[in-house]
Amino acid sequence: MSEFEPKIVAFVCNWCTYAGADLTGTSRIKYASNVRIVRFPCTGRIDYMLLMKAFGEGADGIIVSGCHPNDCHYTSGNFHARRRWIVFRNLCDFMGIDIRRITFSWVSAAEGAKWADLVNSTVATIRELGPYEGYQNISNYLKKEENHG
Amino acid sequence: MTIKRLIIQKTSLEKFFDVLIQKGKTIYAPKRKNEKINYEVVNHFSEVCDDYIQTTQSAKSIIFPRTEKLFNYNKGKGNITLEDFDPDQVPEAVIWGVRPCDAAGFIPLTAIFNWDSKDEIYNTRFEKTTIIAFSCTSADESCFCTSVGGNPGNTNGADILLTGMGDKNLFLAEVITEKGEKAVSFAPNLFEEDPGIEKEKYLADLPKQFNQEEIKDKLQAFFESDLWKKQSLRCLGCGACAYVCPTCACFDIQDEVHGKEGKRVRCWDSCGLSLFTLHTSGHNPRSVQSQRWRQRLMHKFSYMPQRLAVYGCTGCGRCSRACPVDMNMLEHLISIQEIQK
Amino acid sequence: MDELRKRAHELLQSGEVKLVIGYEQGNGNKVRPVFITNPEDTAKLIFDSRCVQNLAVYLSKPEVKTIGKPAIVATLPVLRTIIQLASENQLTDDSAVILGITPDGALRNFSTLEEIETFINQFEIQLEERDKKIIEQINQMTPEERWKFWVDTLTPCFKCYACRAACPMCYCTKCTVEQNQPQWIPVPSHQLGNLEWHFMRAMHMAGRCVDCGACARACPISIPLNLLTKKMMEDMKAQFGEYRIAIKKGNPMSTFKPEDSETFIR
Repeated sequence: MSEFEPKIVAFVCNWCTYAGADLTGTSRIKYASNVRIVRFPCTGRIDYMLLMKAFGEGADGIIVSGCHPNDCHYTSGNFHARRRWIVFRNLCDFMGIDIRRITFSWVSAAEGAKWADLVNSTVATIRELGPYEGYQNISNYLKKEENHG
Repeated sequence: MTIKRLIIQKTSLEKFFDVLIQKGKTIYAPKRKNEKINYEVVNHFSEVCDDYIQTTQSAKSIIFPRTEKLFNYNKGKGNITLEDFDPDQVPEAVIWGVRPCDAAGFIPLTAIFNWDSKDEIYNTRFEKTTIIAFSCTSADESCFCTSVGGNPGNTNGADILLTGMGDKNLFLAEVITEKGEKAVSFAPNLFEEDPGIEKEKYLADLPKQFNQEEIKDKLQAFFESDLWKKQSLRCLGCGACAYVCPTCACFDIQDEVHGKEGKRVRCWDSCGLSLFTLHTSGHNPRSVQSQRWRQRLMHKFSYMPQRLAVYGCTGCGRCSRACPVDMNMLEHLISIQEIQK
Repeated sequence: MDELRKRAHELLQSGEVKLVIGYEQGNGNKVRPVFITNPEDTAKLIFDSRCVQNLAVYLSKPEVKTIGKPAIVATLPVLRTIIQLASENQLTDDSAVILGITPDGALRNFSTLEEIETFINQFEIQLEERDKKIIEQINQMTPEERWKFWVDTLTPCFKCYACRAACPMCYCTKCTVEQNQPQWIPVPSHQLGNLEWHFMRAMHMAGRCVDCGACARACPISIPLNLLTKKMMEDMKAQFGEYRIAIKKGNPMSTFKPEDSETFIR
């Protein structure tokens, strides 16, 4: 059986997590290559639709990461983001969207090792969970010709 | 062809249903789910619901689905491959248990899809579908088929029309089209000769409430009237009336793209939605709800008769039943008729 | 009811308002919104237990605003909506004359929005037992069962947007689903399109929904979509404290507290 390679999309903030991920690279720390990083100026910019779109386009897992509370480059963006994630996660759980596939974290620009750790553990979790068939099944809408409703 | 009159017993009707299934037809019939009754695929006669006046949604979704794929494409390796609509994928279908107003609704719908270009997809589905209608023995306050050229035992648009006698153990079967004849030919011994049944006795009594010719003539002159504003103030601008209507055919085309491949999809749209007529320039010729309400009525009762020689409303009353704020089509038409010039 | 008609008549006659928005008898046993500009027509106004549509949705409609200053018949859910709209800067004290109807059916005049706010905060928003039970049932299901429940419940939706049209908090002139550069929420009514639409609407209602039930009542297919908005309300209460509707307080989703806490961020 061929090894399932999870596709993970990471939504990160530019000033902390992106820089932290860069540090991981310059420190030559090896970590799983399944992550595709999308860079935002701040986690406060991340909209719920983006996360859902990631699943809809075939992602098996999502990482959302930004500056630690009180360290936001724009002062309060991550506070707003935190509220949003709490609500988003609750609604996802209520609707049956698999919240084990979404990882939220605070990774600062100095935490290169933490980033590697985060990615590795997320990939391992998703590898165990397998591809996100539930969401991908409904995204392959119109496998048959039509929807009579 | 002239209408052939036969009769069929209820037990034979059930057998006829089974014969159609055995012949490989997909049968759509009204099925009850919670408090709503809608058309779904049924495999057994016992699943069919028949104690209702009208279903919530019309049967148009079987021939004009609410979402359908027009084609797939793939842009891999510099070549574009197109997977077009395949008529052989469309199953042979039977719509069982439509009311005469719904069967008649396919006439304007077919007219729209064959007006200037012939819509291959619609036509394929229509040709492969046999419509078996049942006459109405009762009506409610939202029905008005008799005012728009129909009646509870109308044969227009149906391939076979069944009228239940009294306690519904015997049905008059009127075979109207060749498709209907073909269906009957699968089990001809289930049907008997009609001894001369008077259908009208068993139909619902629905007096005519307005004259649609008169309204058509008046509407032209009322284009700039402020009656539209008055009538449409409570309209919320949703699409419920258009979606449940058996003759509404407006659709949107969307491209759903995933990287190098995608599909073009056609889905229902409604002229009542505020951005329906928004141009790319930003101009919206129907920016106010009164203009959209006027469009709805005039399209059905003025533009369609003028251009397609067929009215766009069969009086099924679904729009009035589905509307959250009681924008009752019948009421508005009667009030237009009553306006003295 | 007579008091209501009298007051409406007074307001129109004196010219203090140009329009009275209330309820009238519709076809069959239905009631429906009515817009009265002529003092004689105030006899059409009715009020009884069937009058549950949320009339505040008309306060944001340009077609209604052009007529002039309205008076609006406002039951408790409508009063809550008015305060929520005021907190989002959609209404001010002068926007409308409020003809309040208390839960006992008595007419009560309000002269300022603050008065309304004090009044409504006597009545806490409670979920009905029936909805509480269903939400409990859903909470007890496994995630897979919940997914199946929601996909099945939302499949019949044909995206008519009656829920959006009836909701007074959905006053955006261009809804997120009508955004097509890029198209965030698929337009067609297939399973993905339906799921994402209702999910987004629930998220946009977080902290703003006043539980008037207009969305579920407007749905022509009777989809219980108010379960989502009610669940959001309960969550908001649990996570961010009391669910009070107030003019000066910001929405829970546009404010934050540094002490907000959660257990899932690594």
